[in-house]
Amino acid sequence: MTGHHQTLALLLFSAFVAVTLAITTWVSRNRHGSAEEFYAGGRLFSPLENGFAIAGDYMSAASFLGVTGLIALFGYDGLLYVVGFLVAWLLVLFLVAELVRNCGRFTLADVVAARMSERPVRIAAGTSSVTVSVLYLVAQMVGAGSLVALLLGRTSEAAQAWTVIGVGALMVIYVSLGGMRATTWIQIVKAVLLLGGTIALTVLVVLRFHGDVDRLLLTAAERSGHGDAFLAPGLKYGGSWTARFDFISLGLALVLGTAGLPHILSRFYTVPTARAARRSVLWSIGLIGGFYLMTIILGFGAAAIVGPEAVRGSNAAGNTAVPLLALDLGGGADSTGGTVLFAIVAAVAFATILAVVAGITLASSASVAHDLYASLRRRRTEPRSEVAVARVASVGIGVVAIGLGLLARDLNVAFLVGLAFAVAASANLPVLMYSLFWRGFTTRGAVWAVYGGLVPALGLVVLSPVVSGSPESLFPGVDFQYFPLQNPGLVSIPLGFLAGWLGTVTSAEVPDEAKHAETEVRSLTGAGAV
Amino acid sequence: MRYDDPWYDALASGWGESDGSGVPAPVPAQQAGEERGVAAADVYLEVQRSAAFQEVRSRYRRFVVPGVAVFLTWYVGYVVTATTAPGLMARPVAGALNVAMLAGLGQFLTTFLLAWAYARHARLRRDRAALELRWDTQELTRSVRGGAL
Repeated sequence: MTGHHQTLALLLFSAFVAVTLAITTWVSRNRHGSAEEFYAGGRLFSPLENGFAIAGDYMSAASFLGVTGLIALFGYDGLLYVVGFLVAWLLVLFLVAELVRNCGRFTLADVVAARMSERPVRIAAGTSSVTVSVLYLVAQMVGAGSLVALLLGRTSEAAQAWTVIGVGALMVIYVSLGGMRATTWIQIVKAVLLLGGTIALTVLVVLRFHGDVDRLLLTAAERSGHGDAFLAPGLKYGGSWTARFDFISLGLALVLGTAGLPHILSRFYTVPTARAARRSVLWSIGLIGGFYLMTIILGFGAAAIVGPEAVRGSNAAGNTAVPLLALDLGGGADSTGGTVLFAIVAAVAFATILAVVAGITLASSASVAHDLYASLRRRRTEPRSEVAVARVASVGIGVVAIGLGLLARDLNVAFLVGLAFAVAASANLPVLMYSLFWRGFTTRGAVWAVYGGLVPALGLVVLSPVVSGSPESLFPGVDFQYFPLQNPGLVSIPLGFLAGWLGTVTSAEVPDEAKHAETEVRSLTGAGAV
Repeated sequence: MRYDDPWYDALASGWGESDGSGVPAPVPAQQAGEERGVAAADVYLEVQRSAAFQEVRSRYRRFVVPGVAVFLTWYVGYVVTATTAPGLMARPVAGALNVAMLAGLGQFLTTFLLAWAYARHARLRRDRAALELRWDTQELTRSVRGGAL
């Protein structure tokens, strides 16, 4: 890779940064500083805008680069990820989007705390939301560091560290100055760029095979060296039963975790009504589904055009499959077309990471200020001072994410994302489902549901081969591995639901009928919604 | 149907006037201050027990419960089959297409179809009734709180 790629990619990326900073300053110029404005962007986005923003929040670099790489290397097994990422949205659409929009104000804890004794529930839900966000954030930061190294050819540790710090600083600026309004517009710009880039590459791949997708797949299978097995499951997750259960665990976490991701939940508050929330989810399902269908083409296209050996030679995890494909589609390493396409893909990947990171930071700073700070300080805080706390919190979270991102530099990005989904599904989903649909749910049940999912999920990861006991683990020297699976979801998600049930049936508290009636009526009709 | 209950009458007075064409009949305000909070909670209980709300709720559940059951079974079945029976999934169908590819594309297709069906069901069967309930409920809570909101 020559210097031309890097210069052009840097120029394009600087343009994106300039545009997003311009958006941020423009938005923060006439802001009112209210909580409504900071957390929810004034709640007046249209379903179309919010649909693009949700898609922008969800389509991370992990899917654009990671999943296409997995498909290029392992064929069909990479496609299994994509299906889980998409099907998860049905759960969000059916059970979460409208009801959460109707019941809550800014965070997940709002929905749960409405029915319960507020303080312990808010602290529990706030803690788990921040934990999920930080895990997801670290995944994106680690991704940013390694991507810069890969795409710009600077593999020195210092360059990676400065990239992580730079991304962290930018996201803190976006969030603390621009709040939800700036973050939403950044997501929209990024979603348009990412979709545009993906469409262009997909069209080029299909044109290369004269519109014959069948031949594209057959060529990919042939070049992979696996033959027909490349187009069927089993290359990555086929081996031992541990690997198979690991995949089932990941599949469960993916499909159940999306509905518990704080930065996705907070997006439903940016539209005026539940109906608008539903329509924005419909938009995002269309956009995300189309995007993932194209990533399948790109993945198999990379296998057919670039070839798995070349992909693996550039990056063992396959993260550079799409940039390599772009280089080839444009006409090769030394052509202008190749240089331009490569630079575009690199810039889009950076933009993706930056936007996703901003969305998560905003959601977690909302949890810190609105849930944790507001409950830990007994006195009623004014909305205005709460926003000030949220701005400070976004700086704090930025510092924590930069620190952890530097520490976890060598961890696998896809694993961290899977872990964030597993924790979200274990700690956030049970409490959300119970408080929306179970009449007898009590405060103790809510608190137990959160910690009963959060603690096992994190504990099982510590005891898993990811942390110790194998050459690839975080601490290869020691062995305290007692749990065979890398993803805890298969065990911790049922535990979260079980703990919530157990806490409810053992508590002496009589569930408040009227509060349940209020939640039910509000969630389905929108009465009293802000 | 008849309810021997003051709230039902108040509810009925606002019925069908949610388009703003009529002014809802005033509801006699509660006198004692501490009764107001209790009464506001009663509004939700009363609305929850009303036939109109029960209808909206059962329409929602009748679609969502089977819907979630179907797509979760289909997805979990797909993942479990892919991991435990790769031989079945590898069976060729036509050209490069095999059972696995068809199942994967089928997941995309059913997701789009179910999302469309849900939106259509909500728009045609739920939205109007829910909106009317919303205005009526808000009207009731407002009058219970003595117009303070």
